[in-house]
Amino acid sequence: MIKITLNQKVIKLDVDPQMPLLYALRDELKLTGTKFGCGAGQCGACTVQVNGKAMRSCVLPISAIAEQEVTTIEGLTNTAGQIGESAVQLAWREFKVPQCGYCQSGQMMSADALLKAIPQPSDEQIIEHMQGNICRCGTYKRIKAAIKSAAEKSTNNVAGISIDNVRQLSNEKQGA
Amino acid sequence: MKAIENVSRRGFLKAVGIASGSFVLGIKLPLAHAKTSLKSTFHQLNFFVSIANDSTVTLVCHRSEMGQGIRTSVPQIIAEELEANWQQVNVVQAKADTKYGSQGTGGSASIRNHFTSIRQIGAVARHMLEQAAANIWQVELNAVKAQQHFVVHTATGEKISFGELASHAAKLTPPENDKVKLKNNADFSLIGKDVELVDLDDIVAGKATYAQDIQLPNMLIATIVRPPVVGGKVASFDATQALKIKGVVDVIQLKERPLPLTINPLSGVAVLANNTWAALEGRKRLKIKWLHGDKQSHNSKEFSKKLALQVQTKGEKVALKGNVYNHQYHEENTVEATYTVPYIHHASMETPAATAVVEGNKCTIWAGTQNPQWAQRNVARELGLSKNELDNIELNVTLMGGAFGRKSKADFIVEAVELAKASKRPVKVIWSREDDTQHGFYHSISANYCKAELTKNGSADHWISRNAYPPISWLWNTNAKTPSDNQLALGFGDIPFALNNLSIEKHAVDSFVRPGWVRSVACINNGFALGSFVDELAVKAKLTTRQMWLNLLGDDRHVDPKKYGFNYSNYNLDLNAHPIDTKRMKDLINLISDKANVDEKLPDNQGWGISFLRSFGSFVAAASKVEVSNNKVKVLAMHTAVDCGIVVTPDRVKAQMEGAMIFGLSIALMNEISVVDGQVQQSNFHDYPVARLNQMPELFVHIVDSNAPPGGIGEPGVPPVVPSITNAIYHASKTRIRDLPVNKVFSI
Repeated sequence: MIKITLNQKVIKLDVDPQMPLLYALRDELKLTGTKFGCGAGQCGACTVQVNGKAMRSCVLPISAIAEQEVTTIEGLTNTAGQIGESAVQLAWREFKVPQCGYCQSGQMMSADALLKAIPQPSDEQIIEHMQGNICRCGTYKRIKAAIKSAAEKSTNNVAGISIDNVRQLSNEKQGA
Repeated sequence: MKAIENVSRRGFLKAVGIASGSFVLGIKLPLAHAKTSLKSTFHQLNFFVSIANDSTVTLVCHRSEMGQGIRTSVPQIIAEELEANWQQVNVVQAKADTKYGSQGTGGSASIRNHFTSIRQIGAVARHMLEQAAANIWQVELNAVKAQQHFVVHTATGEKISFGELASHAAKLTPPENDKVKLKNNADFSLIGKDVELVDLDDIVAGKATYAQDIQLPNMLIATIVRPPVVGGKVASFDATQALKIKGVVDVIQLKERPLPLTINPLSGVAVLANNTWAALEGRKRLKIKWLHGDKQSHNSKEFSKKLALQVQTKGEKVALKGNVYNHQYHEENTVEATYTVPYIHHASMETPAATAVVEGNKCTIWAGTQNPQWAQRNVARELGLSKNELDNIELNVTLMGGAFGRKSKADFIVEAVELAKASKRPVKVIWSREDDTQHGFYHSISANYCKAELTKNGSADHWISRNAYPPISWLWNTNAKTPSDNQLALGFGDIPFALNNLSIEKHAVDSFVRPGWVRSVACINNGFALGSFVDELAVKAKLTTRQMWLNLLGDDRHVDPKKYGFNYSNYNLDLNAHPIDTKRMKDLINLISDKANVDEKLPDNQGWGISFLRSFGSFVAAASKVEVSNNKVKVLAMHTAVDCGIVVTPDRVKAQMEGAMIFGLSIALMNEISVVDGQVQQSNFHDYPVARLNQMPELFVHIVDSNAPPGGIGEPGVPPVVPSITNAIYHASKTRIRDLPVNKVFSI
């Protein structure tokens, strides 16, 4: 039995300690927002945060994260604790980043971890941090633009912008 | 605007022992997210349009979403003709059902081939609402008009809501689809506008449901070890160690399937377990001996060389105009080149997955499929059901995490059905990344040859084009050696140049791996050859590549390949409505050249390259700027200009073009599947790399304003991108890349 804090709730997992977190999330806890992409830590589709840092859950045994704090896309919040309203998620909607959307949970979890570590990343820092996340649809331009925008808005302290405002912005900007 | 997932047949699920209400975790229940009360009654106006008493409109999207935005665009077109307010529209995904007509989502066909019929669906429903209102007011039909979710009495300004009219309208006999009047393009209020995307909020919240995400009670996860060589068989296997893994429930050998392969499963041995990890651990401990069969003779490196030599010889006639073989070519004015492209793989982020429940002769499936009805027919065959028993198979269509042509094939769906039947439990088949990379339906390895002589007026003539590659039709007919005319129409038999002497030829080729449609299909190799060769002619003639394109295209005219003997199908589009229009081509070549400023003065180690291809009914030009230093290529900027006629959802057209540039970048620089002794050598993203953020150039998209009938958009962006990059490399380095990918020669 391994105890972790998942999306701010303490849970106990009775699984093979070697089971990667990805399969515990998806098969045992039915949290399917975190995706399987490669099973080898190469594509980033399975990215979650462990203690706020981006980690590839497909190669992360449960035993390695006992007593740690795990956040998945389902638990991503803004600074006020509102689920689904993180600065990164708002920017993702504003720039209409996703195409098929499959890699985007991982992209957003990576991007959010970047902004937690470096609130105002340079282009080089964004590229360095995000190059582990593959998007086969090729949404990279918008990913980069959305991260920059989320960072900028955090500075201007308008992270609490409402969804309706974002929609309006989004329709005005028509994407990236 | 909210998305609702598939509406499931609860009664049936009850019958197969799954309690309704809690039967699927992670799949939204019917109407759970609708903007209407569950108590509100829906009235169906046709298979696609239902309206509730509270005016909520529910539209069915019958085509499959793989990232192109079709679950927004199809309802958007219906809502346009219906005069519905987008804020009051819900979208339901259609199951496989012939009543919807074609559901095959491929060939960039959804809008280019079905724009009018989708409009008619909305127009018929609008007509019924207007008729209902006219009946209530006892006026002629032309005295009323649907407007933004109401029908208005034009003279009095009185209005009745769609919700109030729905029950009356549903009782009327629908008019014939082709008898209803469609809107004038000038009156469009939704088509051409960026509406809210149907799936955006769910995706960003991590709540969107893909085939990999399906969860059923009592479900087993299955992973399959398939024969390493196509046509191979299991000689024997030992499952003892696999079955010792906690959670592994069963090991099942899949049935052998004879050639032709069609889209059947490849057979192999499946490990079924209570969770993914146990299935994968069990799989590692399987011991299998294989009989590889005769395809183990295949080595792609040698095969590519063989194809390259083959195309340097005269082939079988595809089209002919004038005479090229009596002509005396002058070496100083002649360009001759052979281009090769390796096997290329889709590498969708979501590997194939499907879930099936089989009970007696009934079956329920959840799968991400580009072709639900084709999958349904294959499942019927698997279960021994007749064409009249398709209703026994409920196929729910999930979102696809990328597809690019791969998920048109139903092999993985039939695998799930076969294993669900054998295990008598719900089964989800999941493909690992290695499975996907090594057992794909690949874009065929190919060689293209071009030869032409420059003319005095800066153009060229005495043109020979040849190609050789394993045809897709081999899947169904093992005697097939050459591509069909439909395949040859993809940027090969439809050369738009003003030539007096032209010979287009094909070669017969053997097949060894499963071929398939990869985004833009044979336009990848044909477009690479054509775009590269025009650049080579320009270099030889000491002209700009833009000028060479303009000179070759010649006067403004509509080209008809039938006139030089090619049986041209024009992507199943009417050639009068969708002509090969040289003016639109020249306009685009000028547009891309000007927008990208390709004539700018650059440092010696930088260069611009351009190219063009009309494909899937759309015209696309591309320009790329690269830098080559220390034997390393860096793509600095890329542009595409697209003329796809009427645009439905502009931002998604833009998104497809952005994506096509990245997809093309991967093909040009790094995509290669190689085969040794019949076995694919690559396995995951470390040896089948695709473009990452650090390789992304600056991207620009230019959309031409047009009132022409709509062309396709998912694929046409790709073909011109690849040669624009290799041409740019030539202009930056004087090294001509004729064999893809670029990383054979340069580091990237």
